[in-house]
Amino acid sequence: MNLTLKIWRQKNADDAGEFVTYQAKDVSPDMSFLEMLDVVNEGLTSKGDAPIAFDSDCREGICGTCSLVINGTPHGGQKATTACQLHMRHFKDGESITIEPWRARPFPVIRDLIVNRQAFDKVIQSGGYVSASTGGNPDANAIPVSKHNADTAMDAAACIGCGACVAACKNASAMLFVSAKVSHLRHTPPRSTRERSTCPFDG
Amino acid sequence: MNIFKAIFHSSLGKKYIMGLTGLALFGFVIGHMVGNLQIFLGQDKLNAYGAFLKSMPKLLWVARIGLLACVGLHIWAAVKLVRENRAARPDRYVQAKRMGTSFASRTMIWSGLIVFAFIVYHLFDFTIAPDYTGHDDKGRHDIFKMVVLGFSNPFSAIFYLIANCLLCIHLSHGVKSLFQSLGLSTGQFRSLFNGIASATAWIIFIGNTSIPLAVLLGFGKEVLK
Ligand code: HEM
Ligand code: SF4
Ligand code: FES
Repeated sequence: MNLTLKIWRQKNADDAGEFVTYQAKDVSPDMSFLEMLDVVNEGLTSKGDAPIAFDSDCREGICGTCSLVINGTPHGGQKATTACQLHMRHFKDGESITIEPWRARPFPVIRDLIVNRQAFDKVIQSGGYVSASTGGNPDANAIPVSKHNADTAMDAAACIGCGACVAACKNASAMLFVSAKVSHLRHTPPRSTRERSTCPFDG
Repeated sequence: MNIFKAIFHSSLGKKYIMGLTGLALFGFVIGHMVGNLQIFLGQDKLNAYGAFLKSMPKLLWVARIGLLACVGLHIWAAVKLVRENRAARPDRYVQAKRMGTSFASRTMIWSGLIVFAFIVYHLFDFTIAPDYTGHDDKGRHDIFKMVVLGFSNPFSAIFYLIANCLLCIHLSHGVKSLFQSLGLSTGQFRSLFNGIASATAWIIFIGNTSIPLAVLLGFGKEVLK
């Protein structure tokens, strides 16, 4: 399939940035969205042009690194699917696709489609963690956790910290991320008294 | 952190202010509507209700000042929040698909500001500088005649209809987000609160617009003779 890509290019945080149009030819419908961009980048590099910078790591939908707004929707229109797991078969031959970075003041653009998400690290540093002693595995069931709490914590732990919620929110708010971390930790076993007393995540 | 700072400087605190002042204003809107619907019980009943409210000036002023404070705080928090929200995304998306937002939610600031302009007009129209200040045969301010006279002007009546339409759009989102802001809209309660919001918005819309509509259709015109 052949596609027209309208991609946001921006040299650095201070650059104004602009859209550049590229043609992606002979795209396989079995490629992931990122693989399609890899192919476009190979073409650019072979011509001596700077490749399009975008973030990725696991490419299997679990790390939360990929971060593309595809046709106005963070991660594209496929429900519960990150951009790296979005396949080209969901697009039509000849379609024109707009690709933008996450846009939010706390996520400044580093380059092209890559944004700085350290703001999330600051949220986590403010108390979104537990201290675990190293050593052998603790005995299973040594600390009782109810099934309900375990399930709720697990649901909240599904947050991979990608930032799509901030990118999608009309107010660019991190409410969803923060509440996922709060519910995750709230439903896991109590932490030491010291952590509890200083930690805003404890309720 | 001191409590004042926590409430007035955080977005969460401002949402509490929005929610609580909105709740108070919502309560007033319902009371106001129920009181006014007595117009359909006739001239005597409505004028008696007006005289009854005026018979307790202290309470009346406490309520007025309270409502004024609510309106002030509500608008202050609204403008602050809207500005903060806009500042959080200085570079807008070139192509943005709307997700999970209703028309009402996206236009809260505009429906709110127009409703505010309407409230000011309405106060001048019927409270601060009414055109008609005559009395009925029992010596009470003839509110019934004032209202019928007021709404006999189609421009005024239509402005009331439009403003109430906007008020109810505002409330259809406002009432459900007030429970959300106060952290009550969780689990099985969410659909209950959302249902309450749409139902009350419709009830207020029908109740409030029924008065100017009825007058436009000829209700009460015998008092104009
Ligand atoms: C009779 C008058 C009014 C009533 C009964 C009313 C009621 C409400 C309620 C219940 C809410 C939900 C609060 C929450 O989110 O927790 C709300 C939100 C809001 N109101 Fe009003 N309101 C009125 C007038 C106004 C006016 C005059 C403005 C003008 C600025 C306004 C602007 C807003 C805005 C912008 C929001 C959304 C705030 C946000 O969450 O960002 N409202 N209103
Ligand atoms: S809550 Fe936000 S950061 Fe976490 S996975 Fe969902 S979109 Fe990504
Ligand atoms: S690259 Fe890891 S989730 Fe997409």
